[in-house]
Amino acid sequence: MTDYVIKGARILDGDTADLSIQDGVVVEVGRVAGHGAEVIDADGLVALPGLVDLHTHLREPGREDAETVESGSRAAALGGYTAVCAMANTSPVADTAGVVEQVWRLGREAGLVDVRPVGAVTVGLGGEHLAELGAMADSAARVRMFSDDGFCVSDPRLMRRALEYVKAFDGVIAQHAEEPRLTATSQMHEGVTSARLGMPGWPAVAEEAIIARDVLLAEHVGARLHVCHVSTAGGVEILRWAKRRLAGGPGAVTAEVTPHHLSLTDELVEGYDPVYKVNPPLRTEADVAALRAALVEGVIDAVATDHAPHAVQDKECEWAYARPGMLGLETALSIVIGALLDELGWDGVAERMSRAPARIAGLADHGHDPAPGRPANLTLVDPDAEWTVDPAALASRSRNTPYAGMRLRGRVVATFLYGRPTVLDGKAAR
Amino acid sequence: MTQRTHLGVRHLLSAADLDRDAAKAVLDTATEMAAMAGREVKKLPTLRGRTVVNLFYEDSTRTRISFEAAAKRLSADVINFSAKGSSVSKGESLKDTALTLQAMGADAVVIRHSASGAPHRLAQWVDGAVINAGDGMHEHPTQALLDAYTMRSRHGRVEGLKVVIVGDVLHSRVARSNVHLLHTLGAHVTLVAPPTLLPVGVEAWPADVSYDLDAALPTADVVMMLRVQRERMGDSFFPSEREYARRYGLDAHRVRTLPDHGIVMHPGPMNRGMEIAPEVADSARSTIVEQVRNGVSVRMAVLYLMLGGMS
Repeated sequence: MTDYVIKGARILDGDTADLSIQDGVVVEVGRVAGHGAEVIDADGLVALPGLVDLHTHLREPGREDAETVESGSRAAALGGYTAVCAMANTSPVADTAGVVEQVWRLGREAGLVDVRPVGAVTVGLGGEHLAELGAMADSAARVRMFSDDGFCVSDPRLMRRALEYVKAFDGVIAQHAEEPRLTATSQMHEGVTSARLGMPGWPAVAEEAIIARDVLLAEHVGARLHVCHVSTAGGVEILRWAKRRLAGGPGAVTAEVTPHHLSLTDELVEGYDPVYKVNPPLRTEADVAALRAALVEGVIDAVATDHAPHAVQDKECEWAYARPGMLGLETALSIVIGALLDELGWDGVAERMSRAPARIAGLADHGHDPAPGRPANLTLVDPDAEWTVDPAALASRSRNTPYAGMRLRGRVVATFLYGRPTVLDGKAAR
Repeated sequence: MTQRTHLGVRHLLSAADLDRDAAKAVLDTATEMAAMAGREVKKLPTLRGRTVVNLFYEDSTRTRISFEAAAKRLSADVINFSAKGSSVSKGESLKDTALTLQAMGADAVVIRHSASGAPHRLAQWVDGAVINAGDGMHEHPTQALLDAYTMRSRHGRVEGLKVVIVGDVLHSRVARSNVHLLHTLGAHVTLVAPPTLLPVGVEAWPADVSYDLDAALPTADVVMMLRVQRERMGDSFFPSEREYARRYGLDAHRVRTLPDHGIVMHPGPMNRGMEIAPEVADSARSTIVEQVRNGVSVRMAVLYLMLGGMS
């Protein structure tokens, strides 16, 4: 008995087709009669594999005032995501099997998106002792990606050990590349704008130096490195060089870029509104251009949101006291297609926002184009619909979007998670 | 409240907010205010019934009393709100403090804060005029105005002057405001500092940059020494106080290479023996005490022009 028939969706850049879904799986692609099933009219819509976010802060446990696993899951589903990797900088930190299992269970209960916890690399994100990475890998949450995100694993010897150790269970270390001695007290990108605004600068070299060091370490020990939120043109150059250098060997490097680093620059800091405070910071036009080109070229593998909800009081204050981070889940797809659909095509969007991140995170059920026998993790997008970002209307518990009031292109109409709609008609199923 | 003031700006957050006419209006008005200070009755009724709040999150006795004296000479009611021993030390946010001041009907808030951009934030939450009295490493526009006033009173003009600003440009709000204002007024600025104390991005400023103090002095009409905090040494901005003083300090020998009419300025407080030798600070070339006196006249002018037009 067929559960759903999606009529007349365009499959990526290809032809239109009907999709039938049964028991969580795509059964047929082609001309499908709808009898007995719930029929969804997808005329004019594009069908994509469900999006996968490598970098989400769900804030639970610890800061449920800013976001919960459930509210973040809802935001993800509305943004077209079927899987998110929940970063470890919660309170308590996700550095034990117990905490990652708790987050994983909360995700299952919410049932809106696959929540895959990221484990901390070091105990308490302290950068000194390895957390029990194997225990997290063996837990019910089956953690494969580890990161101290928010902090850099700056000790080179510890980073080497982490890269080596996770090879035993095909893990990957996702590095927040920031040499902390070069960014002490920093508030924004170091350059012409920081000089004028009188703010301590976050120099590009603090990111580039760590990326260079880590790709050499990954090569040396034959391990997998993933570079979080690349933000600099120099970082792109190093990654381009590194991918050539590591090709064919046991070591590998992948990288992600955020929608905000593809779309916003440091000049927005001019009015000192902390909604634009983020780490790594917004950089220059030249960096944005280099990041866009790198994403199209494939030097950067994936778009990841770095969705970072913050309570109002943590943003409605002096710039220096505000927490860094911005919302991303509900706007990411629109930002990417607004900036790069012409260059990427829908196939490129699917690659950078679904297939590549699913491969990097080791999510076998995600990142598959609609095809018979594949898990029905899908997103239907209206490519021509425009919408205005209203912070109060977002599903996130927080309001810190840098796109407030902007008109964006592309609207998620429906999202299916294992054959069940988590979003229909642009509204969350629950 | 959207009406324009005589300055053409609602808030004074940056020296760059002032165009040439506005800056000249402040200096001209300050001249009139200074003339009044010589009279027996030093008070004007202009701001009677208006409330000026001094909101100081950083200790700065000299700036606060300068603004206080300025407001009182214009007959304003002055409320001093210092962060220590107030609701702020109990964790009240800047926004809540702003709403409190708003509810009390502050016509102007003079703010000093250690965070760059705090006055910009405050300006979002109050209707009254916000005057930046120093924010982090960003700006201190009334200091630049009183410096320009002092230059004009010594040299008769600002336009065309060669001004050398020496020292910790990186961390200096005084330097940033002076570069903007002096550029607006047509002076030529040269910044002199060790490379570690110049911001990355300084090349976009309307000023020349040099690492060599001795080369800059012989043609300087004005040399302005910036305070260098001793803590910077521990952060490896320079190796030692002694080396800093030797390369970038204005000592009795160096000061003789200035032209005869060259003046020496310092925003205070000074580190005698570090960036400036005591005999230089106390010499006839020094305008340091004048700067303090001029500060009151200039701040009167700013308050007068910003609030006088709103009644």
